[in-house]
Amino acid sequence: MDGQVYIANGAGFSGDRFDAAVPLVAHLATCMGPRYLMFEVLAERTIAQAQIAKVKDPGAGYSPYLENYLHPILRDVQKHQIKIVSNMGAANPAAAANHIHRLADEMGLAPFKIAILIGDDVTGYLERQAIMEAETMEGTSLAGRDLCSANAYLGGDAVAKALDTGADIVLVGRTTDSALVLGPLIHEFGWQEEALDKLAAGTICGHLLECGGQVTGAYFADPGFKDVPDLAGVGFPLAEIRSDGQFTITKADGTGGCVTKATVTEQLLYEMHDPSCYVVPDVSADVTSMELIEEAPNRIKVVGIKGHARPEKLKVTVCVDGGYMAEAEMTYAGLNALKRAKLAGEVVLSRMRASGHNADIRMDILGAYSVLDGGRAEQMDGKMLPFDGDYRVRLALISEDRDTAQLLCDELQHLYCSGPAGGGGYRAAVTEQMASASILLDRALIAPHMKAEVIAHD
Amino acid sequence: MTNIKTRELPLHAIAHARAGDKGNVSNISLIAYLPEAYDFLKNEVSEAKVEALFSHLGAGAVKRYALPNLHAFNFVIEDALDGGVNASRSLDRHGKTLSFILLSRLILDIPETLIPQGSPYCDPDFNWR
Repeated sequence: MDGQVYIANGAGFSGDRFDAAVPLVAHLATCMGPRYLMFEVLAERTIAQAQIAKVKDPGAGYSPYLENYLHPILRDVQKHQIKIVSNMGAANPAAAANHIHRLADEMGLAPFKIAILIGDDVTGYLERQAIMEAETMEGTSLAGRDLCSANAYLGGDAVAKALDTGADIVLVGRTTDSALVLGPLIHEFGWQEEALDKLAAGTICGHLLECGGQVTGAYFADPGFKDVPDLAGVGFPLAEIRSDGQFTITKADGTGGCVTKATVTEQLLYEMHDPSCYVVPDVSADVTSMELIEEAPNRIKVVGIKGHARPEKLKVTVCVDGGYMAEAEMTYAGLNALKRAKLAGEVVLSRMRASGHNADIRMDILGAYSVLDGGRAEQMDGKMLPFDGDYRVRLALISEDRDTAQLLCDELQHLYCSGPAGGGGYRAAVTEQMASASILLDRALIAPHMKAEVIAHD
Repeated sequence: MTNIKTRELPLHAIAHARAGDKGNVSNISLIAYLPEAYDFLKNEVSEAKVEALFSHLGAGAVKRYALPNLHAFNFVIEDALDGGVNASRSLDRHGKTLSFILLSRLILDIPETLIPQGSPYCDPDFNWR
């Protein structure tokens, strides 16, 4: 394949806009060459939640938003022969495939050929003990916890194998997000394992696309300093990739947002550590000599990405139960509000201590010291804070024990009648937590289980 | 060099940033609006200064990576996220807001020539405090 491949991204996380793909499909319909639409909707914790849902109901465990994303575009995707690649499959790609078959029937469309990728769920073939006793590279200690899920990050080579079946739609569970772009490129251009610079370019292209609007002006606006046109109508990204690995990031005509060197640089470094080795299963990418060229307004060409040898081990994210989090808040406003908010928090802390709960409780006062201050009151020292202000005390703890979490919420609620003057707007929640850790496993343990399967219409 | 006018300003006047998370590690990019501000950032925004800015969060070592082609830096800050997204008790569990620690709280004598045209910081009377 000598021409260009076109890949657009219709979602950057599980809760992203449902209508973002519509202008992308209209744009792709005008492009000559292989065309792909991806949806990246699977965060680390999302797959653990999906695994739990699947245990309760064997037909569940995939993206609850599948229809929201696909219904608006499925007809046109079929009409214009645009392929879909997505991790909507989560813990149950086969059930997701059947859902799409049913949706296509309801919409009166011809059947799609749908392939799924399996093998990421290592609990299917490794002993629980081997997973729980593996050395963790980061995250919580796994000892003594209940295992919820353990999924290996599969690479672009695996996604390409699923496309090699001739599928119109490929559904995966856990792969690297960038593999949803690299997979189609390996499939179309036939890039081999040794083509490290190209694999690296495809990976970085995927990294730039994977968060949707984050490369086209979303998550960028700082009004008056860094303005973005029509943020409400921000166009999601589209890449035109050439066989030599050079590519251009752009967006559909007539959409809001902007593609500039600045938007691309922000997204490039997003969640990146060492820019000389961004490691995915297929390659280690090096962007230190990368250059951005503005070809035209809203068109940024990316060149100069280098690749180094792929890692021998694959990253596996393990999710375990993580206790309960309590968060409770109350607002104080007007004159002397800061001192009243602070007293409110101290009352709750003292009552928690008195009832024997020594859980580490974090206290923030929103409007005075909070997210940037680590909830540390001393960060207020020297700050000019309004005496006539609007402050919200927030207390939070994580406990193994649900009752302790609930007690914190109850104690804060008691302030309505038993706290300082003028408190209002109590809100609280206790939420079940998932803790996670990353482990590294030999590729050879995982590769034999990595398979593409076509899910026929039943 | 003596005739270049400087003003006491936050990094926000000359750079933008985005924060990302992996486990308990935060990474914050710092990107100069004007390529000519790169050398100033290189000299003035050291690992030690960034470490001091984040120490109240319990942050550990800071590693700075330079990307001169993109007039940008990437700061990787260990242990900055109260255990990370699954363990943190912060309202912002990913630490997405932390890019504004870097932009807001490092106050430097900044040469006026490094401020992009049209920025509110061009006005000497702009009250950013």
